[in-house]
Amino acid sequence: MTDTVAQTATVADAKAAPDTMAWDSGLRRLMMIYLPLGCFVLILLFPFYWMAITSFKPNAELMNYKDHNPFWISSPTLAHIKHLLFDTAYPRWLKTTMLVAIGSTTLSLIASTLAAYAIERLRFRGSPYVGLGIYLAYLVPPSILFIPLATVVVQFGLFDSPLALILVYPTFLVPFCTWLLIGYFKSIPYELEECALVDGATRLQILRRITLPLAVPGLISAGIFSFTLSWNEFIYALAFIQSGANKTVPVAILTELVTGDVYQWGALMAGSLLGSLPVAIFYSLFVDYYVSSLTGAVKE
Amino acid sequence: MSVTTLSSPVLAQRQPNWLVRLFDYKPFLIVMCLAPAVGLLSVFLTYPLGLGIWLAFTDTTIGRRGVFVGLENFQYLLTDPLWWNAVFYSVVYTGIATFGKFALGFWLALLLNNHFPFKSILRAIILLPWIVPTVLSALAFWWIYDPQFSIISYLLVDVLHWRSGNVDFLGSPWPARFSLIAANIWRGIPFVAISLLAGLQTISPSLYEAAMLDGASAWQRFRYITFPMMMPILAIVMTFSIIFTFTDFQLVYAITRGGPVNSTHLLATLAFQRGIAGGELGEGAAIAVSMIPFLIFATLFSYFGLARRKWQQGEAND
Repeated sequence: MTDTVAQTATVADAKAAPDTMAWDSGLRRLMMIYLPLGCFVLILLFPFYWMAITSFKPNAELMNYKDHNPFWISSPTLAHIKHLLFDTAYPRWLKTTMLVAIGSTTLSLIASTLAAYAIERLRFRGSPYVGLGIYLAYLVPPSILFIPLATVVVQFGLFDSPLALILVYPTFLVPFCTWLLIGYFKSIPYELEECALVDGATRLQILRRITLPLAVPGLISAGIFSFTLSWNEFIYALAFIQSGANKTVPVAILTELVTGDVYQWGALMAGSLLGSLPVAIFYSLFVDYYVSSLTGAVKE
Repeated sequence: MSVTTLSSPVLAQRQPNWLVRLFDYKPFLIVMCLAPAVGLLSVFLTYPLGLGIWLAFTDTTIGRRGVFVGLENFQYLLTDPLWWNAVFYSVVYTGIATFGKFALGFWLALLLNNHFPFKSILRAIILLPWIVPTVLSALAFWWIYDPQFSIISYLLVDVLHWRSGNVDFLGSPWPARFSLIAANIWRGIPFVAISLLAGLQTISPSLYEAAMLDGASAWQRFRYITFPMMMPILAIVMTFSIIFTFTDFQLVYAITRGGPVNSTHLLATLAFQRGIAGGELGEGAAIAVSMIPFLIFATLFSYFGLARRKWQQGEAND
């Protein structure tokens, strides 16, 4: 209906009318939407396809494109994954990474829930400034901090220990989570807490019994996001961990599996695939929370 | 819930515990709630930030406490061609990658803003490059850029017959630089697209209907409605993107480690090479500190540049 109105309205601009008319035609829709969208998806996903297919290719096929079509596997093999799991310390790296990710996520969630509650709900003089300060902390990139942090970690005697990573990761997790949770707490009606206060509940009881249960979606968002960010972290783990056994997966694959001049592409890609799987599975379970926390953090 | 609210005063009367009363005392509670976050951030963020600036003015090395040397580190950096090279590449990398990410990301967001089947699944798939650890996808790119067995070379040479020899992606300076920028754009598109999509969805459809009634073409609707309405969110996303692209470390470290002949060093990788791998903590800190003015400038530029333009347009339209 709008099209017809537009048509009559644009006698002067003759080009606009066919433009709006043609917009709904199938072919144009195909060319303007589905084709570019298809290209985007193809390019965005290709590296993962390539990673996956390389992990299951025998070495002979990897290095011979003339006799084997490189886009497919003729005789899939589990040799690379077997090598990874039984001949390297990969299970150990996975365990360390999991420990670090869970530890730092828990720590950040506790710290940022309390901080967000204090800033948004306890409302003291200067609380907006504390909020702003925590937000600014998010803008300090790890690349500026890792050298002085390395000396701090050494001072604390935590060098080469996963505990260093658990304590350091909150520097970028807490600002993000606090900001996200402030947004969630804002959406909870303040009247609920006032009622409880009138009934004589203490502040901590209010936090535990009323605010937190209502903020569960926010807590899940913050939690899975923190988990992903700490799983993916690289520069601190590279700078603070020395011994092969204590490394996290991203660092270990790059420093322990890349050996010599002939790269074991099969094992490298298998390692990357296995290292990506936990976050990918996690992600597929909680897609909506990811999208909402990503957009929520940006909108704030 | 009613049970809770009824029992709590009874509880408080039965045991007038000083601990319970202390935790209900608001100033104390505020301090207790802020303590973990503020403590963690001061010890592991504010203090290192200050320490880093101090280290930049000393000649500290690993294992030896340095002394104050004034501006010596910075004077040395200004005469160091490698530092200038890293500054140059950091600016080029940030500029081209940010432009690419936003052009393609905005386009993808506009595409995703249409109605079509399986939209939510597609949106979930598109975010994947951003979720997977950067180093691991960088390794996949390293393999894609392999001089001998690159799949892109295979496509160009053996399938399409566009070239006669393999592409040398990482062997010489400029191809290596652009290969890294392409990988960075690939990784950045999803974040930009999904955040901008959130912004697009907040624009009221009635604006477009009014414009259609007035006979605005598709381009005019984009230029005079979509773009100005997106300005605030663009400013924020771009500020973040510029900061984290300029200080990028993982991609370069994983794919080229600064090579060939140091042509792809970003300031962050150069700082790592000198500071941690080379042990010259003072000099590494100076390189890291030298990023700060660029970051402040980029932040102010993107934030106020974009935000002010929106404000001026608001004025003009009135």
